[in-house]
Amino acid sequence: MTAQPFVSLEGIGKRWNGKLGVEDVSLDIPEGAFVALLGPSGCGKSTTLRLLAGLEIPDEGKIIIDGRDVTTRAASERNLSMVFQSYALFPHLSVAENVMFGLKVRRVPRAERLEKLKRALEITGLTGLEDRKPGELSGGQRQRVALARAIVAGQRLCLMDEPLSNLDAKLRNAVRKDIKKLQQDLGITVVYVTHDQTEAMSMADIVVLMKDGRIQQIGTPQELYNAPVNTFVAEFVGAPPMALIRGHALAGFDNDTTIGLRAEHITLAETGKGRLICEVTECEFLGAETFIGLAHDDATGLTLKAPGMALHPSGHTVEIGFADDDLHVFDSGGKRVARAP
Amino acid sequence: MSNPHANLERRRQAIYGWLLLSPAALLLSVFAFYPSLATFWSSTFSRGNRRNPSEYIGLENYADLFADPTFWLVVRNNLFYAGVTIPVSIFIALSMALWANSRIPARGFVRTAYFTPTVLPMIAAANLWLFFYTPGLGVLDQIGALFDLPSVNWLGQPETALWAIIIVTIWKEAGFFMIFYLAALQTIPEDLKEAADIEGASRWTYTRRIVLPLLMPTTLFIMVNAMINSVKLIDHLFILTKGGPSDASKLILYYIWEMAFAFFDAPHAAAMTMLVLLVLGIVAAIQFFLIDRRTHYQ
Ligand SMILES: Nc1ncnc2c1ncn2[C@@H]1O[C@H](COP(=O)(O)OP(=O)(O)OP(=O)(O)O)[C@@H](O)[C@H]1O
Ligand SMILES: [Mg+2]
Repeated sequence: MTAQPFVSLEGIGKRWNGKLGVEDVSLDIPEGAFVALLGPSGCGKSTTLRLLAGLEIPDEGKIIIDGRDVTTRAASERNLSMVFQSYALFPHLSVAENVMFGLKVRRVPRAERLEKLKRALEITGLTGLEDRKPGELSGGQRQRVALARAIVAGQRLCLMDEPLSNLDAKLRNAVRKDIKKLQQDLGITVVYVTHDQTEAMSMADIVVLMKDGRIQQIGTPQELYNAPVNTFVAEFVGAPPMALIRGHALAGFDNDTTIGLRAEHITLAETGKGRLICEVTECEFLGAETFIGLAHDDATGLTLKAPGMALHPSGHTVEIGFADDDLHVFDSGGKRVARAP
Repeated sequence: MSNPHANLERRRQAIYGWLLLSPAALLLSVFAFYPSLATFWSSTFSRGNRRNPSEYIGLENYADLFADPTFWLVVRNNLFYAGVTIPVSIFIALSMALWANSRIPARGFVRTAYFTPTVLPMIAAANLWLFFYTPGLGVLDQIGALFDLPSVNWLGQPETALWAIIIVTIWKEAGFFMIFYLAALQTIPEDLKEAADIEGASRWTYTRRIVLPLLMPTTLFIMVNAMINSVKLIDHLFILTKGGPSDASKLILYYIWEMAFAFFDAPHAAAMTMLVLLVLGIVAAIQFFLIDRRTHYQ
């Protein structure tokens, strides 16, 4: 078997009245992958997903799913399922009817339908709630009904548009694990939209980071974290995000380069031995460690991670050190520069 | 002994409730309950004249009505009138709403055009239609003449008079009901359509399985209104047919009016009014209790 991608977008563009939607989006997704579309609000994640689903038709480019060119095909012909941000459950139908809606439409025999329903409800932990209406369910249960409806048909591709954004933080963590496990158990391909980078980083095999309708970087979470291709990715990924330092503040770098540095690579240095002298702006105690925010005229986002409780008074001057190997170098356009070994 | 605080609280709630109810209760009593009772009371008296003063005769007026062939004809007319106008105007209203709600050019214009009949007073509408129906001069006959069809006196013959009235009513009501449907359609979120699309539902399946059920509360409301209108809306009769020819287009309220103000027979008019109230009450109750249970409210 050749390694032909299961889903492939080729140079997709979509504009609204000449205004940018998405531009030149190309993406290959292998079968069984969990792909997260990540980016700030309005960057075109939902648009990309809706193009993939067939709810919008692209102005240019090609969409191929499972070897078939579906660029102009209707949503129903693409053999995929979708979980909407709002869940889009039918309010007058019971849980069972909601889940079986697509099976009924596709004229699946009754016995098979009930069999599949039972399994989908078991997988999503909804057994016993068959006869409830969506209005009588909690947010988390509704979310799982939407999930059950998406998996019941057994489609190999499932699209999800911020399915967890209506849930509280604790529930979000739990459902996140459920979704990931479900995806692995069923072996389906998932394209998952989120603006929450921890969600993307923890769940996805491949993260697609977008900005202003364009893809910035495609890669594994490790690649995005360890080798951001530009300063946007560097600043977007990671908590706290990467600090950026202007080149002229450090000896041995060009003036117009930007240096990236992760918090975990910064250490406190003894007076006189540090590479930068900064001022403490705030301290955030998180239990196992303390984030110390630092200010420097030529740097943004400098944060020092100190183990345990390590409060410094703000205004206090500290010196920091770091190793050259841990630095990321970006050129004047913000692009990553491969460093000489 | 129950808790005195709970008692006090309950009394406060009760007083509050009654205070909230009282304006409506007062108005309804003065303008609905009392007149109904008074009507019933006067329906049990005989019609007085100079020689025989009015006296209590129990349900005799009702017995007279049941023996009156005109009464039965009018009832039949009204049932037929309701049986056609209600479903047809609801169906047309729904179709127009679904169409006017989809992506069509000049959507605003279409909606306004549909709504125009509702804005016209019924008397003006009737005059307009008189212009359509008039034999020889009317638009319908003019068009017919183009195809060498004979002139038809739509309002003047028993076979067509009631139909002519029915068409005016439908024309008048469909636009009004459409507005309710349009409003209800706007509350159905766009993503339900998208979800149905992805599940492979056709436009028709989506309409039948999702849209129509979600419109049920509106349909129920419209049905009750249409039913009441089928008794209430008679203005055009005065202009178009006056109930004729030979009572072929006479409806119950027109007959009541005639009884009371043309024949000056108030007791029989009162008796008929009571019967109408009774029937409307029963039908409304059936609609609400039976259909309501199968209706989903958001
Ligand atoms: N139907 C539409 N008509 C016009 N512009 C649109 C439409 N849908 C999206 N856009 C524009 O396209 C751009 C991308 O929108 P999109 O919904 O894909 O953003 P997103 O990344 O999903 O954001 P969010 O995280 O807020 O959901 C935005 O600038 C938006 O204004
Ligand atoms: Mg979105």
